[in-house]
Amino acid sequence: MKIVANYEIPFYQYLDEQSIPAADAPALMQDTNHLIRLYQQMVISRTLDNKAVALQRTGKLGTYPSTRGQEAVFVGMGDALTDADIFIPYYRDTATLMQHGVPAADILLFWGGDERGNLFADADKNYPYSVPIGSQLLYAAGVATANKIRKTNKAVLVTCGDGATSQGDFYEAMNVAGIWQLPLVFVVNNNQWAISIPRTAQSAAQTLAQKGIAAGIACEQVDGNDVIAVQARVAVALQKARDNQTATVLEMLCYRQADHTTADDAGRYETAGVREKEWQKEPVGRLQNYLEKQGVLMPETISVINAAAVTVVEEAVTEYLAATPDQPTAMFDHLYAKLPAAYAAQYAELKMINSFARNG
Amino acid sequence: MTEMTLVEAINQALMYEMQADASIVVMGEDIGKNGGVFRATVGLLERFGIERVRDTPLSENMIGGLAVGMAMAGLKPVAEFQFMGFMYPAMNQIINHAARMRNRTRGKLHCPLVIRAPYGCGIHAPEHHSESTESLFAHIPGLRVVIPSTPARAYGLLLAAMRDPDPVIFLEPARLYRWAKQAVPDDGVALPLDKCFILRQGTDVTLVSWGSLMRETLAVADTLAANGIAAEVIDVATLKPLDLPTILASVAKTGRCVIIHEAPFSGGIGADISAAIAEQGLLSLQAPVQRVTGYDTIVPYAKLEKYYLPDETRIMAAVERVMA
Repeated sequence: MKIVANYEIPFYQYLDEQSIPAADAPALMQDTNHLIRLYQQMVISRTLDNKAVALQRTGKLGTYPSTRGQEAVFVGMGDALTDADIFIPYYRDTATLMQHGVPAADILLFWGGDERGNLFADADKNYPYSVPIGSQLLYAAGVATANKIRKTNKAVLVTCGDGATSQGDFYEAMNVAGIWQLPLVFVVNNNQWAISIPRTAQSAAQTLAQKGIAAGIACEQVDGNDVIAVQARVAVALQKARDNQTATVLEMLCYRQADHTTADDAGRYETAGVREKEWQKEPVGRLQNYLEKQGVLMPETISVINAAAVTVVEEAVTEYLAATPDQPTAMFDHLYAKLPAAYAAQYAELKMINSFARNG
Repeated sequence: MTEMTLVEAINQALMYEMQADASIVVMGEDIGKNGGVFRATVGLLERFGIERVRDTPLSENMIGGLAVGMAMAGLKPVAEFQFMGFMYPAMNQIINHAARMRNRTRGKLHCPLVIRAPYGCGIHAPEHHSESTESLFAHIPGLRVVIPSTPARAYGLLLAAMRDPDPVIFLEPARLYRWAKQAVPDDGVALPLDKCFILRQGTDVTLVSWGSLMRETLAVADTLAANGIAAEVIDVATLKPLDLPTILASVAKTGRCVIIHEAPFSGGIGADISAAIAEQGLLSLQAPVQRVTGYDTIVPYAKLEKYYLPDETRIMAAVERVMA
């Protein structure tokens, strides 16, 4: 017998649970203005999240998946993305989309049950949400393939949760990304839960990152409560995708500080006290402590940042609540490039019923 | 002009359109050097190179996903599945994304892709190689389902499918791949989608079919003609969306209709056609509509498949029932 292959999975953490920087931290650790921008974005994310849950509880929004406790993952990604990169979300990526140019009002519109919340979709920048778990990983490989064939030098970033790594899609997408050397970065938001199923019941693998080994692509774990590590490692992976046309999988370790969605009740399955214990690692306070210790974030600045976040969110909510519903016939208008003749009768019926309804 | 088989006409259409449209990428399992398990893609790799003629890893779900992504990102993928029975792992991508992306994004993104697969029994192949489950796709809003039945229609309809801005499921009758040759000019002229083709004009009975059973349907029409009965023969060709006006106009003229398809009886597209005639053409009927279809069973293995597939005897018996 001989050993024919050996593998290691690196773990990256630059700012630890006590907000102490690591010796090998990147230059970002000293870039105060950049860190304050990251902090601001995480505050906006949490403010919007709290508001979205409140809107749902008062009947003004549909089912909504909270991002609480996962701000560093989404904000770090959003910060690392450039305008030239392509982002393909799953459905919890609110902050990343906002940083990549999507209006917050669109995000509320989508969760409010209006297809026009996807109007930001653009083949060169942001793709729409993907609800069937893991399916976006495969079309992300297709988008990366097309960009490679068209020699655009664009990098593609695609996300999924820990549950999605149990889908064949996850392996199939990484597999083709390895063979075809696709400019594709996979980020797994391992928030430890897929609705009620804990990470330990999802896979016996020691890490989810190591699944990339089977596909022959680079893989690493990152502290998903450390926005500096998230930003830095995603930026490196995107640069590798652009320059070398190679794929990377990054597993972000964090904790879902909320129910799966507003339709869920984690009290049925989550052991009491775990969430509170995990809160000690949460990302917003961790960065805030560091910036305060550095003397670059004063209480009055925090107040200003909080107030600005509230303004951003309130403006978005006002715009969202003012939106009038789309025409009922919209369900036909974008089914095909041109509505086939076979649909004429159904279209006419809906149009007639709608006009009766409006005319009372 | 060269006479060619249906599978050669498919190849000719792929060659023509790849030359005309640089955004077309052909992909699938064994479609490169091997030229596809039925040789539909022979010569494409040599002419257009590995960027545009891509052998994929063996994963049908992945092929579906790649096609969706490539289509959204500005290419026109033409993906081959080796047999219709192997398309099912890609249903998630086809139904949940290809068919819905235009609607989901209100037209900002769309999926101009073609998924090609041989379908149907009668080629003595192992299990899963004989499926005729076009209804599964015809049920899905946002898709087109197209089935040619001759070399010329395979050429013209595949060109149309590749030029269509929406996803097309293009099912090729494996039993007819090498059955008969026909002159197919390589003129790049597409045939219309969403339209039935009237193959024979007739006044006594309407025979409606598609794909591989057009062969038996036309043979029955010949026999009927020899006996003084003029059958109107319709090749439906596009199963989604259905061109019902052409069928209804024919039945209004003949007053009699037999629908013939290989797919199982229950939930088959024949049921939709029959229902439309009942809803919109009842008063013109001289006899109840008859359907001749595959049984509501699993397609048998090779030894019994001839008992499953509707033959001329079964079609003729149905015609006799409506003529009685």
